[in-house]
Amino acid sequence: MSSQANFTHAEAAEQFIADEPRTDWHDDTLWFVREKRDKAAHSLPEWEQLRQWASDIKYHGLSNMHQLLVDFEKNAIANGIQVHWAVDGKEHNEIIYKIIQDNQVQRIVKSKSMLTEECHLNEFLTEKGVEIVDTDLGERIVQFRKETPSHIVLPAIHLKKQDVSETFHEHLGTEKGNNDPQYLTEAARGHLRDKFIASELAITGVNFAVAETGGFVVCTNEGNADMGAHAAKIHIACMGFEKIIPKAEHLGVFLRLLARSATGQPITTYSSHFSKPRAGQQMHIVIVDNGRSRQLGRESFRNSLKCIRCAACFNTCPVYRRSGGHSYHTAVAGPIGSILNPNLDMQANKDLPFASTLCGSCSNVCPVKINIHEQLYLWRQEITKEGMAAKGKTFAMWGMSEVLAHPAIYRMAGKMGRWVVKHLPFLTNNGMNPWFKQREMPEAPKESFRDWYLNNKQK
Amino acid sequence: MKIGLFIPCYIDQFYPAVGVASLELLEKLGCDVSFPLNQTCCGQPMANSGFEAMSKGCDKNFVNNFKGFDYIVAPSGSCVLHIKEHLHDEDNPKAADEIRSRVYELTEFLVDILKVTSLQASFPFKVGLHTSCHGQRGLHLASMSELVAPAFSKPETLLNMVKGIEVTRPKRVDECCGFGGTFCVFEEAVSVKMGKDRIGEHQDNDVEYITGVDTSCLMHLEGILKRQGSKIKTIHIAEILNSQL
Ligand code: SF4
Repeated sequence: MSSQANFTHAEAAEQFIADEPRTDWHDDTLWFVREKRDKAAHSLPEWEQLRQWASDIKYHGLSNMHQLLVDFEKNAIANGIQVHWAVDGKEHNEIIYKIIQDNQVQRIVKSKSMLTEECHLNEFLTEKGVEIVDTDLGERIVQFRKETPSHIVLPAIHLKKQDVSETFHEHLGTEKGNNDPQYLTEAARGHLRDKFIASELAITGVNFAVAETGGFVVCTNEGNADMGAHAAKIHIACMGFEKIIPKAEHLGVFLRLLARSATGQPITTYSSHFSKPRAGQQMHIVIVDNGRSRQLGRESFRNSLKCIRCAACFNTCPVYRRSGGHSYHTAVAGPIGSILNPNLDMQANKDLPFASTLCGSCSNVCPVKINIHEQLYLWRQEITKEGMAAKGKTFAMWGMSEVLAHPAIYRMAGKMGRWVVKHLPFLTNNGMNPWFKQREMPEAPKESFRDWYLNNKQK
Repeated sequence: MKIGLFIPCYIDQFYPAVGVASLELLEKLGCDVSFPLNQTCCGQPMANSGFEAMSKGCDKNFVNNFKGFDYIVAPSGSCVLHIKEHLHDEDNPKAADEIRSRVYELTEFLVDILKVTSLQASFPFKVGLHTSCHGQRGLHLASMSELVAPAFSKPETLLNMVKGIEVTRPKRVDECCGFGGTFCVFEEAVSVKMGKDRIGEHQDNDVEYITGVDTSCLMHLEGILKRQGSKIKTIHIAEILNSQL
């Protein structure tokens, strides 16, 4: 379920950076979150051990996925939860639509769930004439603006308070030009309270589903998942199948890592454990594949399914911070998005693994130790193998590899290259050369190191 | 102890002084160094662009040039990391394996193998240290700000042996400069913005030079500095460690 964007990451990034003060603000804001994460991590001497455990538990889960899912389903059903299986986003959306229709409900609230973004649930239901209200503050803001989240934890991080003020003025009738965060939050709170009280059906995501208990945990800072689920008579929780963990005791590892990695908090404000419907309530869980089995089968990329969506890799990524989430044209942006999305649609997302310098910072912050930057490298090889690289690039690379494989040709090309840079600067110093747009070319020395060596060292 | 000096292609062609400094430095420290004359490149530019399959010829040439040495040393973290992780030669797998385990980045070689504790060098300037990612996160030349682990830096240890130098670090100690191989042209806008931001932090420290273990990063920063008309210069760490100013 992904559609081809009509721009590449590089193009969108260039547009984003055109407003340099705003780019700096975006960069600094997210760097601040990264620093908070560092502080939280450094306050736990056992941090690296926790990461290793989390990675190992997830690996065990991925290796025993079948059994864990069977156990989870059995236990959830025993608890009175209705379990649904969806092979893809379309089926996921249809299952939810059917529950809505069967119960003839109209007022629906939804807390943050990246899975429903991945499946484009909002668009699907809107087309069917069903209104759905996002209750995460950031998500509500972008929903008003008919945008998508630009960050998986901080969905409206691309917006400044002035933008929010304008949006609320238009949709909630707040005072024009009042940018006071307290005032704006109050307005949103009042608006959302009404929606919660009136809601008949609440959709939430799932952070962890526990196989041994058949229960699940939802983490939010705003408590909006709880408000929704406790007020409505139907609760639907949506999860990708990789959210499964074997035992409840494993939560002791993941909950300590999640919030520290995400925002630097010791724990999310609300870590709510759902195990069975209350009297008179319906509780559904929709377990989605949507390409995950395929990814599980790709040995080099399997580990990407360990992701707990903390967004630490976003916050640390120097490219993400300077290009904004929308430049990734996918529901999950950032480094992890760049290794997940090619699995969903390689052609549409072939630019993403190249939107990185392979600096490796993402892999270092990842609480479940996904080797993100190595997978970016491997996706580049896959994309090229599938013949999806631009023709010009392929030709240039082929030319280069020929030159570099043959020392004599290399030396001649080097001489020519240096000669060109030195004597015909207009050939290299022009608009066709992206290097030169904002950078000078290196000065061409009169001799290469090899020439110098032959003249000075070789006896 | 026979050492093969690997001078990556862009250093050979555009920054021969880095090669000269590396060679002189190793010889000063008593090493028997030779420069195999038919070397070209490690193959990284192709591989990082997704064309690993095209770098076979390069790999073969590399193995032919560097087999049989006790150590292979290069003044580039990035190229050394690439060799360590990706060098293969179907016709000569054993030689390729050996090279992968014997290849060292220059400062790593000085600290870990030669165990250098003093240097006859002086460089009376204020120098900002740029920590190149591949050397740091790939080869572990320095501790990483993301990890909860003791702090160290092999390049900085060496710089601190230089007389007269004042070494400073930018505020974000190990953020990437944005070079990233072909990233620097295919993602030109982000690449330059990252470079400008690194430079800004060094400027805040009033440095006269920016140094590092990777000429590629420095070339990128130099290009921006020159365009800005800045007085700050870039210099490879080998040139400082070999300096007698
Ligand atoms: S890949 Fe790792 S760092 Fe990135 S969101 Fe997932 S768990 Fe967090």
